[in-house]
Amino acid sequence: MNANGKPKLAMYWASACGGCEISTLNIGEHILTVDAVFDLAFFPCIADFKVKDVLGYPDGYIDLCLINGAIRNSENEEMVRLLRRKSKLLVAFGSCAYEGCIPALSNLTTRDATLRAAYLDNPSIDNPAGTLPQPHTAVPEGDLEIPFFYHTVKSLDQVVDVDYTIPGCPPEPHQIWAVLQVVVAALTQGGSLPPKGVLLGAGSVAVCEECALAKHEKAVARFYRPYQIRPEPGLCLLEQGLICMGPATLSGCGALCPQVGMGCRGCYGPLPGAEDQGMRMLTAIASILDVSGRPGDNELDLERKVEAAADTIVDPAGTFYRFSMAHSLLRRARTDGVEAAVPQPAVWS
Amino acid sequence: MSPERIGVYVCHCGSNIAATVDVEEVALWASEELGDRGVVVARDYQFMCSSLGQELIEADIKEQGLTRVVVAACSPHLHERTFRTACKRAGLNPFLCELVSIREQVSWVHTDRAAATEKAMAVVSGGVERVTLHQPLEPLHVPIHPATLIVGGGIAGIQAALEIADSGYPVYLVEREPSIGGHMAQFDKTFPTLDCSACILTPKMVDVGGHPNVTLLTWSEVERVDGYVGSFTVTVRKKARYVDESVCTGCGICTEKCPVRVLDNTYEAGLGYRKAVYRPFAQAVPKYPVIDRENCTYFQRGKCKACQLFCPTHPKAIDFEQKDEILQFQVGNIILATGYDLFDCRRIPQYGYARLANVFTSLEFERLCNAAGPTGGKIVLRDGVTEPATVGIIHCVGSRDHNYNPYCSNICCMQSLKFGHLVKERTGAEVFNFYIDIRTAFKDYDEFYQRVLEDGVHFVRGRVAEVTDAARLPGEEGKLIIQVEDTLLGKQRRIPVDMVVLSAALQPRQDSTEVAYTFGIACSANGWFIEKHPKLDPVATMTEGIFIAGACQGPKDIPASVAQGAAAAARVLGRIHQKELALEPVRASIIAERCSGCRICNNLCPFNAISYDTARMITEINPALCQGCGTCVAACPSGAITGTQFSNEQVLAQLYGLLLLNVSSGPVQQPQPALVPA
Ligand SMILES: Cc1cc2nc3c(=O)[nH]c(=O)nc-3n(C[C@H](O)[C@H](O)[C@H](O)COP(=O)(O)OP(=O)(O)OC[C@H]3O[C@@H](n4cnc5c(N)ncnc54)[C@H](O)[C@@H]3O)c2cc1C
Repeated sequence: MNANGKPKLAMYWASACGGCEISTLNIGEHILTVDAVFDLAFFPCIADFKVKDVLGYPDGYIDLCLINGAIRNSENEEMVRLLRRKSKLLVAFGSCAYEGCIPALSNLTTRDATLRAAYLDNPSIDNPAGTLPQPHTAVPEGDLEIPFFYHTVKSLDQVVDVDYTIPGCPPEPHQIWAVLQVVVAALTQGGSLPPKGVLLGAGSVAVCEECALAKHEKAVARFYRPYQIRPEPGLCLLEQGLICMGPATLSGCGALCPQVGMGCRGCYGPLPGAEDQGMRMLTAIASILDVSGRPGDNELDLERKVEAAADTIVDPAGTFYRFSMAHSLLRRARTDGVEAAVPQPAVWS
Repeated sequence: MSPERIGVYVCHCGSNIAATVDVEEVALWASEELGDRGVVVARDYQFMCSSLGQELIEADIKEQGLTRVVVAACSPHLHERTFRTACKRAGLNPFLCELVSIREQVSWVHTDRAAATEKAMAVVSGGVERVTLHQPLEPLHVPIHPATLIVGGGIAGIQAALEIADSGYPVYLVEREPSIGGHMAQFDKTFPTLDCSACILTPKMVDVGGHPNVTLLTWSEVERVDGYVGSFTVTVRKKARYVDESVCTGCGICTEKCPVRVLDNTYEAGLGYRKAVYRPFAQAVPKYPVIDRENCTYFQRGKCKACQLFCPTHPKAIDFEQKDEILQFQVGNIILATGYDLFDCRRIPQYGYARLANVFTSLEFERLCNAAGPTGGKIVLRDGVTEPATVGIIHCVGSRDHNYNPYCSNICCMQSLKFGHLVKERTGAEVFNFYIDIRTAFKDYDEFYQRVLEDGVHFVRGRVAEVTDAARLPGEEGKLIIQVEDTLLGKQRRIPVDMVVLSAALQPRQDSTEVAYTFGIACSANGWFIEKHPKLDPVATMTEGIFIAGACQGPKDIPASVAQGAAAAARVLGRIHQKELALEPVRASIIAERCSGCRICNNLCPFNAISYDTARMITEINPALCQGCGTCVAACPSGAITGTQFSNEQVLAQLYGLLLLNVSSGPVQQPQPALVPA
C-alpha cells in the first residue's frame, strides 16, 4: 500500500467480451464503496492506464487483481505474467479466465481454421485480397508487430499461478460483491482470507438445487432447441427435451436461465470433483435417453434409434463444453506438432 | 515417494502370457521404474495362481511389510478371489489387492512381443497407481431366506422342486398353464427306452402337488422381482380360475356339461378340442379346472352357467366373481425352468405346413401317437381315419439353417428316430427319414438308431427342398411329394408319401427376453438364457441367486433337463446351508451434500436401489440393494455418486498410470497445465 494506505485494485481483460467488466460495474451503488476502499491501479475498461504504469509498480504492489478473459495470444500471456508478478492476489474472474469459455471452443479445430473462419470463409466478410493477420509486417516505417495468435486457448491457471477463481459468464453481481466484501474485510480489518485455490462466489451443489422447476424421473425421447418448443411452465426443462446443463453445473447464479425457460448453459462450470463438465452431462444425457427399447430388440435397430435421438442434439461439443473446453479431458484437437514453432512471449521486467 | 509398500507379481501362465510378453522384463521394469511409485518388490513366476505362487505373495506381505499387491495375470473373473484370499491369509485386507489382466487384454490379443511387453508394463503401471488409492473394505453379510422360487413346472422345474422340498426347504413352484408337466406331458413314448411318458412323469407331478413343502401356483405368472440374492421379494399374479380350489373335488362334471368346444392349441398342439372349462389332461396337477374367459359363453354373453348349475359341491365350486390375486413372498434363490417353444413351421412355406393338410409338426405327431390324444393313439391322416402307407420325416426343420436357427436342436434326431419306430410299430407303413447328419451321441442313443435301422426305416441324406402336392410323375397323384437331393446317391429324388412330419426346431420361449429382463439375467444372441460359465458353472447365471435349468438354457432332452434341475437344486441347497452370504462391498453411495435432487439417476437402477426422498428433495441409495454396477455413478452429472473401488480418483489414477505419465522415462511426458501447447 502506498502513502494513503488504500489497497490497490486492478482489473484486466485478456481474450474476453467485456461482460465481466459490465457485471462488475453492475454491483450498483456498492461501486462507491469499492472506490472508497481501493485505489485503482490498472483498469483499462474504465480508466486510462498504460502498461508502462504497471511496469513502474514494484512487484506485489497491486493487492487485488481480477483477470477476466482467456489466453488467446502472446499479448494476453505477457500481460497476465506481468500482472501476476505485480499482484498479491490474482483472481481468475469469470468463465474465460477460469476454464476457457467460448474462445476455447476453437481448441476443437486448428489455428488455421479459426483464422480462415474469422477472415476468409464467412458470408459477412469482405476480404478480396485474402489478407490474414501476420505477426510481422514490413512497412516503409519499419517492422509492424502484432501479438501472435496461439494454436491453443488456455485458461489463466494454465499460464500463471491463480489464487482464487470466481466462476460465471459473467459472474453474478451479487456474488462479485460478496467476494469483494470478504477481500475488503481481510485487507482493511485483518479478516482472514479464504484458503488459496478455492472457488469464490459460487454454491456447492448443482444449479438444480436453486431451480424451482418441478423435477421427476427422466426419460427423454428426443431433444429440442429452444425455438422449437414452448416449454410447459413449472416443469424441469430437461424432462421436456430442452438441454439444460443445470445438473452438471455449479450453483451460485440462482438458476436464472432455466427459470425463464432457457436451459442452463453451464457457465458456472463443473462441480468440484466432477472433472469434466461436458463428459458428465453427456453421460447423464445418455442415461436418460429413452428410445422405448424393449429387452430383445434388435441391437442394430436400437443403435439406429439411439443415434437418431442423439442427432437431435445440435453441436454437442459446443453445447456440453461451451464453457469448459480448456479444462476438459479432451484438451484439444490434434495439432500434430505445429505448436512447436510458436514464438516465446516477451518477458517484461 | 509413495507411502505405500507395493508388491508386483507378474504371471507367466505357462506360455499363455510368457510366449507373447517378456514377463521377466515387465517385473524388472516395475521394480526399477515404479520404485518411487511405491513398488518395493516385483517378481515373475510360472503360475502365480498355484499354491507356491500364492505363498510367494503371502511371504512378501509378511516379510517385506507390503501394504498393497498388484498381480498381473489373467482376468479378474478367474482369479481375483484367489489372490484376494491369499492376501487375506497373510493379514492384508483383500481389497488392497488389484488383479490386472495381461492375458485376456494383452498376450491373447497381440502378436508383436515388444509392443505387448510395453503394453503389459503400462497395464501394471495403471494397477500400481490405482491400488495406491484402494481402501480396505469389509464384505456385506446378508442372510439367505430358506425358500426358493421355481418358475416353470416342466420336468426340469419339477425335479428341482422335489429335490429342494425333499431336503426340507420351502418351494414356490409357479407355472403359467393350468397344470404342471410341460412338454413331457404331451408325449406318448420317450426315447431311447420308449417308456411311457405319462407313467414316468405323473408320479413326480403327484409328488409335487401333494408335497407339504411345495406351494404350487399354477395358472400364475411372476410379475416382478425385487431385491437381491438371499432376499428376493417376488410378486406373482395368480390368474382367476373361476373355480374355488377349496371346494372343488375335480370330479369333471363341469367340463362334461360345458357346451363350448375350443380348439386346443397348447396341449393338443391344435389337433384336438377342449371345453371352455377344462383341465388340459386327465392327470393334470392340480386337478382343478380353469374357465377360459375368452371362450366361456357366460363371460362373453352373460348367460349359460351350465358348469355352475351342475357342479355337485356345496357350496358350488364354480365362482364367476373370482378375481386375479396378487401374491407377494420372500425367497432366497430363484430357479428358472421355463423350457422352450416349438419352431413355427409356417415360416418355411416350401414345406407346406398349414397349407398341405397332411404335413404335421412333431408335436402334432406326438399327440397322434398318444393313447390319450385326439385319435386315441392311432396314426392317421388329417381326415382322422386313413392310415398312411408311407410317411416322410424331415429332420432339422428350422435348425442348422442360417435362415432360421443356426444351432442344432439336439433332440430332433432321436425324436425322429422315435417317430420312425412308432410308425413302423403301429402301422407298418414305409418310413423315410430325411436327415443332414444323424446325431445320437448319448448313452444308449446309437443303439436305438441301430434298432430303428433294423426296423427297416429308410434314411435319405439331404436337406429337403420342397414338399408339394403337384404331381408330375406317375404314382405321384394324390400324394405329397418330397423333393430332395440324395447326397449319398448324388442325385435328385422325388419321393411320394402320404404323410409328412416336420421335426421342428426347439426355440427360446417367445417371451424369454422379457422373462430374462424380469429376473435380471441375460439371453444369448439366439435367445437362450446364458449360464455363468458354459463348462464350469452351467446352471448359475451372472446374477447372484438366479439359476437356470432345462431347455430354457438351450435345447436338450429329458435326461439332461432332469440333471440340470437337480444340479440347480444342489446349488440352491448349498446356498441355503451357508445361511449367510458375503456380498462384494463394491457399492455406490450418494454424498448427500452434493446432491441437488436433479433426479437423473432415479430410474436407472436395475436393482431398484435408488429412491427419491421427497421431503429432503435428494436421492438416496439403499446399500443392501445396490450391486455395485456403477450405472448411477457414471450418470450423475454432479459427481455426487461415488462407487467404492471405482471412485473418480481411482479410475483417473489408473489412466494416469496406463498412459505412463507416472514414470520419468515414460513414452509420454506428463502434461503439466503449463505445458499445454501454445
Ligand atoms: C416332439 C418332441 C418330442 C420329444 N421327445 C423326447 C423324448 O422322447 N425323450 C426326451 O428325452 N426328450 C424329448 N423331447 C425333449 C423334451 O421335450 C425336453 O427335454 C423337456 O420337455 C424339457 O423340459 P423343461 O422342463 O426344460 O421344459 P418344458 O417341458 O418346456 O417345460 C417348461 C414349463 O415352464 C412353463 N413356463 C414357461 N414359461 C413360463 C413362465 N414365464 N412362467 C411360468 N411358467 C412358465 C411352461 O408352461 C412349461 O410347463 C422331445 C421334444 C419334442 C419337441
